Amino acid sequence: MSAALERPHGKLDLFVSFTLLALQGFGGVLAVAQRELVERKRWLTPLQFAEDWAVAQTLPGPNVVNLALMIGGRYFGLGGALSALAGLLLAPVALVLVLAWTVSGFTNQVLVQQVLRGMGAVAAGLIMATGLKMMATFAQNPLGRERCLLFALATFVAVAILRIPLAVVLLVLGTASCVWTWSRLRDKP
Amino acid sequence: MTLDLLASDWLDLMGHLMLMSLLAVGGAITTAPDLHRYLVNEQQWLSDPQFNAAIALGQAAPGPNVMFVSLLGWQVGLNAATQAGWATQPWVMGLWGAGVATFAILVPSCTLTYVATQWAQQHQTHPGVRAFKSGLAPIVTALLLATGWLITAAHQNLPEDLGLWAVTAVSTLLVWRTRVHLLVLLSVGAVLGALGWI
Repeated sequence: MSAALERPHGKLDLFVSFTLLALQGFGGVLAVAQRELVERKRWLTPLQFAEDWAVAQTLPGPNVVNLALMIGGRYFGLGGALSALAGLLLAPVALVLVLAWTVSGFTNQVLVQQVLRGMGAVAAGLIMATGLKMMATFAQNPLGRERCLLFALATFVAVAILRIPLAVVLLVLGTASCVWTWSRLRDKP
Repeated sequence: MTLDLLASDWLDLMGHLMLMSLLAVGGAITTAPDLHRYLVNEQQWLSDPQFNAAIALGQAAPGPNVMFVSLLGWQVGLNAATQAGWATQPWVMGLWGAGVATFAILVPSCTLTYVATQWAQQHQTHPGVRAFKSGLAPIVTALLLATGWLITAAHQNLPEDLGLWAVTAVSTLLVWRTRVHLLVLLSVGAVLGALGWI
């Protein structure tokens, strides 16, 4: 767990790493990002990833784009942020435009629909598994494991069962959780 | 579908996407319902099938989900190509549309994220910054579980969709507990789908 972290060698490393990461990201990049950045490249600990992801998802804009900006910017400032962003977007956008140009008529065909259905089922699993992995970091959270589980359960029920809009959930539960964390940090820093 | 788009229309599109960029809390895909209202119903720059194809392709292709916005811009550009004098090379207008859309959806949120997180980086020991990051972690973790759940629960046709649920459950366990390559799992899902087994 506490083995030394690595760091990107430079902006080119950031660009290439995020390009490779993005090109593996069928049905969303998050699961791949966790795998690559935490488990393979070890630029982040699981806890750092969970916290960075929390910020990336809470700020407006595409989550993985925000994550790339944060990680790139942390090591190499604006140039690093732009390198990571370019890596994340250039090759995938070029690829998807070529696909749109060449196979645009195919998305309504039965076979394509079936393939997308199968990949979608796996992609849902990838997202959930990433959430389960991030739950392991609750033990190190200053809020405490039990309270983290409580907030996670409340959020899950609010979003998945009651279908309350995300903005409301973030505002109410997010604020409560941050204030509680803040008071605990203040009591025993 | 052919459109006659003026410079002011492109500015309107850009302005709308820039606004959406700042409202896209929880990811780019959360703006899809509003973009549908704007592009299909209000402006009528895209047809319903064109909009749905952009969403499907943006989700299925490798890369961030925000690419669906690039595809929407691409399609608006194609629809406007004939009137703009690019009937023989519509991809030029497609590229223009994709560029405008991608730029507009990214610049506001990226600027905000960069400025905010650089500030937070310099004040990372500040209790407010720590409370923000740590306090939100359990919330967004649960959001991931909820997202996976919602995708799966959208398939409610039980006897028929049981295989789909099983594939999601098995891939959840495998990714959580093993180091099996994600592309292997996605390929298996694609093959099972193609064979019509799930």
